[in-house]
Amino acid sequence: MRGGTVRFVLRRLAQLVPVVLAIAALNFALAKMAPGDAADILAGQMGHATLEFTQQLRREFGLDLPIVEQFLAYMGRTARLDLGVSVIQQQPVIELIADRLPATLLLMVTALVLAIATGVALGVAAARRQGTWIDNLISVSALLVYATPAFWLGLMLIVFFSIRLDLLPSGGMMQIGVAQTAVGKVLDVARHLILPAATLGLFYAAVYARLMRASMLEVYGLDFITTARAKGLSEGVIAWTHALRNALLPVVTLAGMQVGHLLGGSVLIETVFGWPGLGRLVFDALVQRDLNLLLGILFVSSVVVVLVNLVVDLIYGLLDPRITHK
Amino acid sequence: MNALRVFWRRFRNNRAAVGGLVALVAVVALSVAGPMFYPVDPFDMVGQPSVPPGGEQILGTDVAGRDLLAGLIHGGRVSLLIGFMASLAATLVGLVLGAVAGYYGGRVDDVIMRTTEFFLTIPSFVLAVVLVAIFSPTILHITAAIAVVSWPSVARLARAEFLAHRDREYVQGCRAIGMPDREIILLQILPNALPPVIVVSSLMVATAILTESGLSFLGLGDPNQVSWGYMIGVARSVLRTAWWMAAIPGAMIVVTVLAINLVGEGLNDALNPRLKQR
Repeated sequence: MRGGTVRFVLRRLAQLVPVVLAIAALNFALAKMAPGDAADILAGQMGHATLEFTQQLRREFGLDLPIVEQFLAYMGRTARLDLGVSVIQQQPVIELIADRLPATLLLMVTALVLAIATGVALGVAAARRQGTWIDNLISVSALLVYATPAFWLGLMLIVFFSIRLDLLPSGGMMQIGVAQTAVGKVLDVARHLILPAATLGLFYAAVYARLMRASMLEVYGLDFITTARAKGLSEGVIAWTHALRNALLPVVTLAGMQVGHLLGGSVLIETVFGWPGLGRLVFDALVQRDLNLLLGILFVSSVVVVLVNLVVDLIYGLLDPRITHK
Repeated sequence: MNALRVFWRRFRNNRAAVGGLVALVAVVALSVAGPMFYPVDPFDMVGQPSVPPGGEQILGTDVAGRDLLAGLIHGGRVSLLIGFMASLAATLVGLVLGAVAGYYGGRVDDVIMRTTEFFLTIPSFVLAVVLVAIFSPTILHITAAIAVVSWPSVARLARAEFLAHRDREYVQGCRAIGMPDREIILLQILPNALPPVIVVSSLMVATAILTESGLSFLGLGDPNQVSWGYMIGVARSVLRTAWWMAAIPGAMIVVTVLAINLVGEGLNDALNPRLKQR
């Protein structure tokens, strides 16, 4: 059994290789499609560059080589995690991204945990009270949430909670000089995290609530629930212990599939709340027209999604013992 | 004719869908006919900046003194155009690839489905941002970028449909009488595979509008066109003093997207009646 799990993990890791190669190839293609190459940009920055000088730069960068050789060189650099230098910020792209990635992951994970907890609770509540006003209210709210652009919702929450009520900070990750102790710092970050995480998570909470409701209703129709009822177990015990674990599987699957979507959403949310993560970096790269940085972010975020999918696959195996990792 | 009547009767049974249809028609009418009744250039400075709604300009003005109602009307044109065209393009691409993959199977299927899964994996909004940033933000490029990130879900669905149909008796019969594959795919299987695809692509219009608003909020909108996302982006700097300036265009997006989603669910009831008991 354990040997099987190890083999499964190794096989899944091997499957990552072609996907990561494809991501790198897409990035290379996008860079080639962009008007102007690194030599043009550098020459442009220097102001009075002659055509000859640009050609010389191109030779130095190897941009005059055949496309296949350029591609192989690019792949070699990518394998060493060398994603080039941000032309504007004069720093290696990978360092800029590594600086920001933790903040984005913190935001994403918090939003996802909030969304799953809320969605599961609401979905179970709706399924247990099918057809009542609670069920209907949850369905209608979900429809409204689906239709709301998250970045706009974030702005409206700022208007209400930060400007009107003055309860929560409207942006940033921490307030400089406020907290001295470690606990104080954690609490300060948490306070700043509430609004962006709630904004990002709300859409997924609605998705999971609907999915969880449908999934619970399906499980309620199965024989083992009838058995549990016949044994005289309370409805609460049946819902939260017997049905929940089985009904949770589709939610986990979907959460895994939506990681890419979640990352895209966090680009907008981070811009709204000035959260210093990858999303803010995307916005800065856009404003400064820093294409190399933008492509680096696309590469790293794609790889992150692939890795998270791997983790979700492993969790899935824990939740559902029927999956034997053959 | 009769089929249309059956369709309408089923659609009408979903009262929320009828409400959504009414709202959608209203938004489309406002965008298409609006400029005739309210001929104000959305880029013109018509008054003081940041005038609240209820004055001379019905919905007030933005930070540069531009008419908000005119912005809503013209922004609706951009959002609806991009939403519908991107969804249409994505549906066509997805249908073709899904049909080929599902019908032929084997190697072709493998290659197409690996590509589809690849596109489903990479963060679609980030890819759309990169595409628009590389190819300059025009309506055509924004539409194409949204289509590029949207087709995979259609392809997967279409493949499943074609896979389910390719060995049915009626298809075997067509093959037996020597009908070419192209005709089997287009004339025989496609009409059966289309209903669920129509539902998905109608819901995709809503997603496309949300994506477009996000792009233009980030400043990746067509600089010659007003759009709802752009209006929200502009209003961000005065959120503290003029919250309604961001609230109004956002509310338009909510109404439009909600209407399209409701219509999509109505289409689902009408086109896939067996699936209704979900």
